Amino acid sequence: MSEHELPEECFYTREDEWVRHDGDRAYLGITDYAQNQLGDIVFLELPEVGATIAQGEVFGVIESVKAVSDLYAPISGEILEVNADLAETPEVVNESCYSDGWLLAIKVSDTGEFDTLMNAPDYAQYIQERQD
Amino acid sequence: MSASRTPEPAQRATGNVANGITYEEPLLFELSRDGRMGYRLPALDVPAVDPRTVLGEDQVRGDRLDLPELSEVEVVRHFTRLSTWNAAVDLGLYPLGSCTMKYNPKVNERTARLPGFAHGHPMQPVALAQGFLDLAWRLEQHLGEISGMDHVSLQPAAGAQGELAGIMMIRAYHERSGQKRDQVLIPDTAHGTNPASAALNSYGVVEIPSGPDGILHPEAVAAVMNDRVAAIMITNPNTLGLFEKHIAAICEIVHRGGGLVYGDGANLNATLGIARPGDLGIDVMHFNLHKTFSTPHGGGGPGAGPVGIKDILEPYLPSPVITREDSPEGPMFALDDKRPRSIGRLHGHFGNVGMFVRAYTYLRSLGPDGLRRCSEMAVLNANYVLARLRDRFHLPYDEPVMHECVLSDRNLEEAGVTTLDIAKRLIDYGYHPPTTYFPLIVSGALMIEPTESESLEGLDRFIDTLLTIEQEAHADPEMVRAAPHRARHARLDETRAARHPVLRWQPPAQEDDPAN
Amino acid sequence: MSFPYIPHTPEDIQQMLEAMNLREIEDLFDPISEKYRLQRPLAVPAAASEQEVTRELGALAARNANLDTHDWFLGAGTYPHFTPSVVDSLISRSEFTTAYTPYQPEISQGTLQTIYEWQTMIASLTGVDVANASMYDGASATTEAALMALRATRRSKILVSAGIHPHYLQVLESYTAGLDAEIEVLPLDASGRTQLGEVDEDTACVIIQQPNFLGCVESLPQFAEEAHAKGSLFITSVAEALSLALLESPGAQGADIVCGEAQSFGVPMSFGGPNLGFLATQTKRLRQLPGRLVGETVDVNGRRGFVLTLSTREQHIRRERATSNICTNQGLCLAMATVYLSLMGRQGLRQLAEQNLARVEYAKEQVRQTPGLELLHSATHFNEFVVRVPDHAEKALGRALDVGSLGGLALSRVGMGSEQDVLLCTTEVVNKAAIDRLIRALAPQEISS
Repeated sequence: MSEHELPEECFYTREDEWVRHDGDRAYLGITDYAQNQLGDIVFLELPEVGATIAQGEVFGVIESVKAVSDLYAPISGEILEVNADLAETPEVVNESCYSDGWLLAIKVSDTGEFDTLMNAPDYAQYIQERQD
Repeated sequence: MSASRTPEPAQRATGNVANGITYEEPLLFELSRDGRMGYRLPALDVPAVDPRTVLGEDQVRGDRLDLPELSEVEVVRHFTRLSTWNAAVDLGLYPLGSCTMKYNPKVNERTARLPGFAHGHPMQPVALAQGFLDLAWRLEQHLGEISGMDHVSLQPAAGAQGELAGIMMIRAYHERSGQKRDQVLIPDTAHGTNPASAALNSYGVVEIPSGPDGILHPEAVAAVMNDRVAAIMITNPNTLGLFEKHIAAICEIVHRGGGLVYGDGANLNATLGIARPGDLGIDVMHFNLHKTFSTPHGGGGPGAGPVGIKDILEPYLPSPVITREDSPEGPMFALDDKRPRSIGRLHGHFGNVGMFVRAYTYLRSLGPDGLRRCSEMAVLNANYVLARLRDRFHLPYDEPVMHECVLSDRNLEEAGVTTLDIAKRLIDYGYHPPTTYFPLIVSGALMIEPTESESLEGLDRFIDTLLTIEQEAHADPEMVRAAPHRARHARLDETRAARHPVLRWQPPAQEDDPAN
Repeated sequence: MSFPYIPHTPEDIQQMLEAMNLREIEDLFDPISEKYRLQRPLAVPAAASEQEVTRELGALAARNANLDTHDWFLGAGTYPHFTPSVVDSLISRSEFTTAYTPYQPEISQGTLQTIYEWQTMIASLTGVDVANASMYDGASATTEAALMALRATRRSKILVSAGIHPHYLQVLESYTAGLDAEIEVLPLDASGRTQLGEVDEDTACVIIQQPNFLGCVESLPQFAEEAHAKGSLFITSVAEALSLALLESPGAQGADIVCGEAQSFGVPMSFGGPNLGFLATQTKRLRQLPGRLVGETVDVNGRRGFVLTLSTREQHIRRERATSNICTNQGLCLAMATVYLSLMGRQGLRQLAEQNLARVEYAKEQVRQTPGLELLHSATHFNEFVVRVPDHAEKALGRALDVGSLGGLALSRVGMGSEQDVLLCTTEVVNKAAIDRLIRALAPQEISS
């Protein structure tokens, strides 16, 4: 059983991102496990509103004090919104990665892609496998 | 008379420090007072000129120079006090793995300061620089002999630049034979400069996993070796302190596939006079004069990273190359810059010449016996540390080591104490911590390289301190996690520094001014 | 045999081997199979005592002309300046010299605060927001500036002045050979200054050296405007850092990146190394800046301190995605410069720069008044200028040597100018009498009449 937070309504990727369908758009971010691994987040490099991201491809970079990690798109779509708080207060990703610490809001281009993702229990197991 | 075996660590270990006074000292700009001067210029013996008239109004700086005004006394006190806040090799053991923090001999400082070296100009006529060129030539020869390489260029200013030179030569070599190779093989234990150097040459990096015994295996290399691979980059001994036993077979696999072997020479201190990279199949390598050859680290530099090569890469050497011709008057040295296939120039001039003088002085002071002795004692020291610590600290790879050993914090996980905490607690005992969290393949790595400079008592004191800290970690984890307690600062907030970078001093009143 | 640098006695060794259940030192090298072993001692000279070593090195040093043996008029990117004794005295302290990179900030505040002070002063002198903790030298700093521009603009063309130090250009060429980059050289006009070039949408940057290699003072704003009009970056490279004390700062004149060589600030010439490159830019380009950076912060008790920061740009974390592969900075040389600048200070540095200007103006005037010698360029100069001699530069320099002067650089040696051209540098290390002597030697009456 994982001690990391795992909201039921989210879907998860092997690159430790989450995505949540919310009406006509989807929000995405990094998981609690990821932010814990990275440590204090200091900076994010994200694309602009209007750009498109493709599932499985790198769309940005996240930096902590001691590490840097690529960000992989969990699903494809056009970027509708970028979280404006991240520039001034990147710590929000550490503090509430599933709500206030969301990274992008996108317009889903193919809802079928959700079928390729993990649900909460599967992701919990994936975390467990890596910790062993 | 032999020293009695040390009593239980808890009763004895006080490391290297006692209580004492340390000095406060603000920034230069906070000390500054208008009108103070630190240095008096001689009177002008030519007519004074008005810069505005000579250069034109808009070419001359209008604002007051934003430099402090201090007397000589204040400058001296300022930097003297600052210096007392540093750990240093001259103060005590600095067990940083892969850094070879050995003793920096003082005679090297004397020879480097001889006016004939310190006050020479890189572009003065070659005929008036024969002593310098002679020294450089000799250093090249000695480094070649020590490493088993055919030619050496002293030009690269640091290990990382030496690496860059090596990879550039490899690229030039393949381009010359018309081959399109776009990959470099790099073990998972490699130093970060390795993949960075590869990337700077537009090579893709293919990582090779080390085996369960911590070293590379021929099968793993063969699995990724193909005609897209330009080279493999190997550190031997590797960053776990382990000798890459299969090095000959690995070199053969890469050579058979048409690739070359790059040797990262950071760990050369383990094998001086014992085994030579050139004899093991290495085609090109760099040296770190500031590691193996005792030039001082200077708080982060300057270093020097000469590069050694086999004959096949000779056409590609950085330019110019020092040449020697024998004549009735004795050897004459010159510079050859007519080298059409050279990778070109990497440094503005010859490289960090001041470091050549120091390294050459060191080699002359040690001779072949001394060099071999360095490695023997370096390896003895590292193994001794390992032997005394292995029962209490987790040992990720149970193999005999060369000049450094790697432990981890796994045994302290229960107590909630990490490698970082151990490092900070070591500071309280007067030690600079070992290398932490590297190599990446060991979680919570603690890499210890004592070097040959440390005496037996010094090692015992250090080991006892680590054993004490291990006990403290179980008995009082909170205290260890909050270390250091006795240093000038408690833990510094690196997150804040990264999130809100403040990289220069601003006078308080002008904080709202537009950026300069 | 025993060695002063290696403390182990036979008893120590015995004790340690026993503690590890080993019989002899050889046993430690079991992992290295016999077939790998060197089967003979290294063929390097036998160990020499300190006396012998000092004598040998002294003999080698004596075969080099240097500042102490000649009046020095050779600049060309490495400048003869007088360094006050305080500099060497302070940086020789082994707490500075034998310290490592300040990765453990709690016990490296001496180094860190020194770097922070350097960053502040360089940013201020160059007129931009932030400077890093130094580069290897002016050549690599300028190259890294160009690489920054390539990355920031995602363009591939580099326009660089022919007035840049020829070695800087060579280093730039070496570094960009394997990249998608193209270098175009902007020629100098008859006055000795760079001509405006064709800046277009493919231009990543325009690089001008100030003052240029021939000592001429360039007019920077026009290049800044031209570059910015097409979205390119304007880079100023400075080889004679002392000029920053007198000339309008490159930042104030529109430079986006200022780079160059700070050897003039108390670092010995030392045959060109170790030197002290610097690199500075605006805050918006901060994350593209290679090399180390020191930032201010506080500890858990609220006490001000300094740390290496933004390390995620660097090789040890980014590895193949790093902005550069640079690892070291020039640590101790940076300390020399910081001590030097704090000693010279606001007034002293300006005064020194004005004295240097006065000297070059005096020398130029002597050239004007000497039949046979010609001032080649009509531009204004700082510290050095080109003089055309009546016969042949090498001959003229030979005459200079006869009067104890290292008279300058024969420009043809670096593929610039004609065979009669000498680049002549006049800093505070040469007095009026020496200048007069040199000018006379360059064009003695017998040749020019």
